[in-house]
Amino acid sequence: MNKVLLIIKREFNSRVKKRSFIIMTILGPLLFAALMIAPIVLMRLEDDEFKKVAVIDETGMFFNSIPNTKYLQFENVSLQYYDNLTTSYNLTKAKEDLKNTDYYALLYIPHTAVQTNIGVVQLISFRQPNMALKLHISNSMEKKLEDIKLSTKAQEFGLTEEDVTNILTVVNTRIDVVTTTLDEKGEEKQSSTEIAMIIGYICGFLIYMFVFMYGSMVMRGVIEEKTSRIVEVIVSSVKPFQLMIGKIIGVALVGLTQFLLWVVLTFVLVFFGQKILLKDYNPEKFNPNSVIVGSTLDNQYNVPDEKALKYEEAFKAVFSVNYLQVITFFLFYFIGGYLLYAAMFAIVGSAVDNETDTQQFMLPISLPLILGIIVMMQVINNPASSLSYWFSIIPFTSPIVMMVRIPFGVPIADLIISMLLLVISFVFMTWFAAKIYRVGILMYGKKVNYKELWKWFKYKN
Amino acid sequence: MKHALITENIEKRFANHLALDDVSIQVPEASIYGLLGPNGAGKTTLIRIINQITAPDKGKVYFNGEPISSKHISLIGYLPEERGLYKKMKVGEQALYLCQLKGLSRQDALKGLKKWFEKFEIQSWWDKKVEELSKGMAQKVQFIITVLHNPTLLIFDEPFSGFDPINANLLKQEILELKRNGATIIFSTHNMSSVEEICDYVALINRSRKVLEGEINEVRTNYASNIYEIQFEGFLNIIETSLSHEYKILKVEKNLKDTIIEIELLNNNLTSNDILKRFLEFGNISMFRRYLPKMEDVFIKVVGETNSLTE
Repeated sequence: MNKVLLIIKREFNSRVKKRSFIIMTILGPLLFAALMIAPIVLMRLEDDEFKKVAVIDETGMFFNSIPNTKYLQFENVSLQYYDNLTTSYNLTKAKEDLKNTDYYALLYIPHTAVQTNIGVVQLISFRQPNMALKLHISNSMEKKLEDIKLSTKAQEFGLTEEDVTNILTVVNTRIDVVTTTLDEKGEEKQSSTEIAMIIGYICGFLIYMFVFMYGSMVMRGVIEEKTSRIVEVIVSSVKPFQLMIGKIIGVALVGLTQFLLWVVLTFVLVFFGQKILLKDYNPEKFNPNSVIVGSTLDNQYNVPDEKALKYEEAFKAVFSVNYLQVITFFLFYFIGGYLLYAAMFAIVGSAVDNETDTQQFMLPISLPLILGIIVMMQVINNPASSLSYWFSIIPFTSPIVMMVRIPFGVPIADLIISMLLLVISFVFMTWFAAKIYRVGILMYGKKVNYKELWKWFKYKN
Repeated sequence: MKHALITENIEKRFANHLALDDVSIQVPEASIYGLLGPNGAGKTTLIRIINQITAPDKGKVYFNGEPISSKHISLIGYLPEERGLYKKMKVGEQALYLCQLKGLSRQDALKGLKKWFEKFEIQSWWDKKVEELSKGMAQKVQFIITVLHNPTLLIFDEPFSGFDPINANLLKQEILELKRNGATIIFSTHNMSSVEEICDYVALINRSRKVLEGEINEVRTNYASNIYEIQFEGFLNIIETSLSHEYKILKVEKNLKDTIIEIELLNNNLTSNDILKRFLEFGNISMFRRYLPKMEDVFIKVVGETNSLTE
């Protein structure tokens, strides 16, 4: 046992001291954090730019209805392009002039925009305008039209403004679909399908990646010992099984260390990244929409802030996931799946003399793993299907597939069967691998096939 | 005589191939025991069985009279023929690791290594990576690792390969020193001159069987041919004429005073004493010796004989 500890220690130390490990450990969280922060930063960069928009309004109804914001300014240029002879607006000239002026875009509101319930306006610019600008224009215009129509109708029916407000308050309806799942005890908990999908996807993919990464690390380690011919010295001191299991556990610890460091570093980076990059971040100021939402809509009709609601809901949903449970099962399935596959990778390593020969044995390893990823996509859409059930029970795919199911909630019985099978199969696989490994590591210069491996397995010891 | 190691009727089969067939050897304590044989004869398999790397299908191994078990691992030092070290690991760190695997404590290993590194004047290698060492340098480190835990039984498989003559000699002296200190050494090699130089006993394995075992001089005497070398002061022509029916003269070398001749006896019943008596009549004998065959000749002869028997 003492010797296994020595081996674990060496396998662990020699890997975490490697430059590639250190680089990966630092780059990983940087990448994750960048992925999380980048969209916010990009959005902000885009909106930082001050834009002037020229407006040609054939209806004459809208100009003052599109409010300016910190980064957006609307200027009515209708009169400049009004042609008294034809009594129309010279849009062609306006387009030409856009090049020579400092306007970012030209907003053209034709007569037709107000004739039906679905109006179309044109936003002409040299660059693709962003979503926020488009939303700002359409929201403002919709609001204005609705107000006009409302007051016209109110007059028609002889209603006062107070009446209208009352009616709207009563009529205003909002339906949110809040998903609630029941646990085994019949207790309710709020859940969110989207959040469950995202977490399931991340977990499944991480397990796939880790099993592949660290499994092949075991394989390369075995090949290294074989090609450097140190293995015979070592197995004269320890049993081949001790060497194999020491290597497998040592590499597993490397994997867990890296995972832990990634989680902690990503959290730290995202936390501080947000603080530093977005210290003057204020959604009210830069989001044009909020101007309308805050000023006109809410005050007038007392409609609950949609955004605030959404955030609250997302917040609840994010916390509706039992993270302790997810992390616990993630660790279990990561370790179980890794042990199962690492034993197989060890067989391959012991059977070959160099890394290029590994190809012929990789199929039985990569096939179930890739199958797991393919099934995972299906399972995300339908976690309760029989496909999901079977592939989350079969040990070769269960680490990936079950991890996708867990955030959606899995019956205890399924979990127990799946976990039990995984444990049984990795114990069996380790035993099986050890029998081939102890023969393989001392064989050189032989072209090995599956039949040969079977022969090795049957050797008495 | 006490034996450090005895194997009894070892048999080992790999699929369709019988690697060892009824092999029994007896290795006397504090001796150097040469384990010889052509490539593929089964030497490495036998060595691996002694090291408990593989187990025999039949037969037993006794270490100091006890059936061999895992508790003996720390009493055996093994330098395999195919040997290497972790290339990316530092020399000192690696030596420490391998010695600890043999059961030494870290402190003892460190102390012992420091002493050996000083002895071989290689302290400066401690923090080097193995890939920076030459083959011979790496071999030295491996030798130290093999002997550091003071094993009572040492197994060297082709220890001199990769060494220049100076370092090979240094290693030979170390091996003899180990023997003087009471260690038993099993020495496997193809280099027959080194066998003659250092081995006390030899065993020859050919085609999975042991075909020869014994004290080295006894073995050589048994395979001695009837060739004698005589140096004398006297009359060569008389010898040539008077005794020509009993022997054949192979070679004559004349110095100022002496004559050295090599003769081969034609009559197998003649003993050395008979020859000596005859020659005493013809002059002053200053040297008389029977040629012992070289181990190489014994090797070739025995292997050839057993091959023709089994074919």
